[in-house]
Amino acid sequence: MTLEYLVLLFCGGLIPLAYAAHYLGRRRAVADMRQGERLNSPPSFYGWYVIVWMFLPALAASAVFAVLQMVGVLSVPLPVVLVGFLVLVAGGAWLGLHRVHASLRARKIVEGVIRWLLFIATCISIFTTVGIVLSVIFEAIKFFNMVSFWEFITGTTWSPGSAFLEGAGRGGEQATEAQFGSVPIFAGTFMITFIAMCVALPVGLLAAIYMAEYAGQTLRGVAKPALEVLAGIPTVVYGFFAAITVSPLVVRLAESIGLEAAYTNALAPGMVMGIMIIPFISSLSDDVISSIPQSLREGSFALGTTRSETVKQVVLPAAFPGIVSAFLLAVSRALGETMIVVMAAGLRPNLTWNPLEGMTTVTVRIVDALTGDLAFDSAETLSAFALGLTLLAVTLVLNVISAVVIRRFKQQYEM
Amino acid sequence: MDKSSLKRTRMRYRRERRFKLFCLSALVLAGIILVVFFADIISKGYTAFWQAQIKVEASYTQDVKEMPFLAVGEEVSELVSRSWFRGLPRKLNQNPELLGTSQTQWVLADGAVDQYLKDKPNGLSQKEKDLVDRLQEQDRTRLAFNTYFFVNGDSNLPESSGIFSAAVGTVYVMIVTMAFSLPTGVLTAIYLEEFAQDNWLTRSIEVNINNLAAIPSILYGLLGLAIFINYVGIPRSSALAGGLTLGLMSLPIIIISSRAALRAVPDSIREAAFGVGASRWQVVAHHVLPMSIPGILTGSIIALAQAMGETAPLLLVGMMAFIPDAPSGFTDAATVMPAQIYTWSSAALRPYAERTAAAILVLLAVLILLNLTAVLLRKRYERKW
Repeated sequence: MTLEYLVLLFCGGLIPLAYAAHYLGRRRAVADMRQGERLNSPPSFYGWYVIVWMFLPALAASAVFAVLQMVGVLSVPLPVVLVGFLVLVAGGAWLGLHRVHASLRARKIVEGVIRWLLFIATCISIFTTVGIVLSVIFEAIKFFNMVSFWEFITGTTWSPGSAFLEGAGRGGEQATEAQFGSVPIFAGTFMITFIAMCVALPVGLLAAIYMAEYAGQTLRGVAKPALEVLAGIPTVVYGFFAAITVSPLVVRLAESIGLEAAYTNALAPGMVMGIMIIPFISSLSDDVISSIPQSLREGSFALGTTRSETVKQVVLPAAFPGIVSAFLLAVSRALGETMIVVMAAGLRPNLTWNPLEGMTTVTVRIVDALTGDLAFDSAETLSAFALGLTLLAVTLVLNVISAVVIRRFKQQYEM
Repeated sequence: MDKSSLKRTRMRYRRERRFKLFCLSALVLAGIILVVFFADIISKGYTAFWQAQIKVEASYTQDVKEMPFLAVGEEVSELVSRSWFRGLPRKLNQNPELLGTSQTQWVLADGAVDQYLKDKPNGLSQKEKDLVDRLQEQDRTRLAFNTYFFVNGDSNLPESSGIFSAAVGTVYVMIVTMAFSLPTGVLTAIYLEEFAQDNWLTRSIEVNINNLAAIPSILYGLLGLAIFINYVGIPRSSALAGGLTLGLMSLPIIIISSRAALRAVPDSIREAAFGVGASRWQVVAHHVLPMSIPGILTGSIIALAQAMGETAPLLLVGMMAFIPDAPSGFTDAATVMPAQIYTWSSAALRPYAERTAAAILVLLAVLILLNLTAVLLRKRYERKW
């Protein structure tokens, strides 16, 4: 049975059934009311009450059943399941309908069910976090069973070498030992992030200062949407721009001053990533700068300072925590950015200070390891999860620091 | 005022002007980058909206069914796209009355001819170039509007490849994404804003959601791969796997914007409703939620636009496969627009470059349209209390 069929069944079968149940429950309540009894709740809640009775037992049963099926305790052919489900639905509806009477506190009961529904929806966000953490940790543990944690953190050579052959089912043919030292990968990541921040921080911050302190309404009205457009461009598009336009440009410029640059140099993806982050930094800093109380500026002007002196000596120091927090968020975004580096940076881990050489990043290695044809339990595939775990840890730490800093800042100015 | 202080004042004013200029130039630089970026993509991509065609005298003999190349003269057959030849036997089987006739018609030209006519680097030999020049003099070549680009799926022949299957895939994925994340996100927002008590559980859920919003998208891909595909067993590359992964990713955005929309409804409305005896759910369903729908919609459209442009997690769940035909269900192998852009951009053949840029233009147009809708919606229905 396909998914489409299930969706069709749901829309075509259950929704009309629910509608009928609602109608019957409501009619029963209204009939009681006609006989002069006082209803406890508005009539439509009795209808909902029947719907709850109709679906709750059936859904609970099918959830238990699905779990059992997945664990493999029992397997029942689908038609039987379907019939059982329908019997439960009908039985529930019948029971619910018989419980409807005027003094039933339908509203309170239905409300309680709704509350639980909302709570379950809320829990999905927690499950997502738990899911991400667990899926990364479990596979990472498998990886660290093969490769020592210490070697992963401090090793300076990354050459999956024979791990690739093992993954392809030809282990032992060529006995070059696989090495998983992640230092060159992280070096590349930090190099590209550093270049990105060198572009994004000055441009973004100065643009934010201009918009918050100097610009009139018209300029703001044009510049803000323009920056939002820049923020809405998909990263795959930036990646294309970096690989097709900026990289060759960097190579040609380097040649013209007598330097040699690889087409997978770190400078091009770094700069384009910086461009991507400009709107992020500028809008966050703009918010922070605008939230500095006007009285601070007026106090400074009263001492006879010029606007730039006020900005440099009063506004920026006051906004500093907020700007730091924006900066940290931007760094965490640059570290996790994938498409730009996948398309424009290199694949080969390379430990170097020269941004004109090709180097690779954590996200590139993850994509490269997981989009190949390797067996899922090969060391190289699993290394992606170890790298993912590190990435997750670093971004979480950055986010938490940033959140703490911004909370202090907000308390200070009672935003 | 003595001379030295006058001098100092002048210097301070100069510094002031310099600083202002500095800040302005940063803003202008951002603007220039935006313009250069769009000019670059447009100049690379606009040519793909026209495609070269050649007028040939096609004779449909019986042999053509076996050897389609015989349909046109030997001389020009090198210049005609192989995709046209591939389709011939089927066309003749479906329309037997064509057999034995001959027609003069415009057919799709080979990708290299197309590039030559657009003055771009191409793989044509000098002899073939001369031939194309001769055809051009006889008005037997033209650049026609590229409908193939919009009605074909991916192909290993650049001239007949198009974005159709990717566009359909995007629609499927977005349906799954929104069907999952919109209800879940709005329900979560309602719970957190209207129902939850302020205790450690609620606070930790809030912190958790804020953290989720900042987790790199590629980690959602790892989640999708490890849990949806390897554990639950959803087929790889399917719209369902991709849609659920993106749904989890856009959940925090929808929750945060919906909460802001709910919070914007003033308490006096809630109090008035409570005052006439409404229950909490009645207050929410009859008053607060209807009033915050424009805000929720705006946030959802922005989340949709973001999910539509996302690539990295989809690569990990296998949505970068070669998909020539549009998927016909949620569990079929599918690809999406950004993934198609990625595949084309790494293709070796040159004509794919302009198609990549053209696909980018289509994607950007859709995204900008979506964002514009969100902005207009906000402007039109924004209420100040």
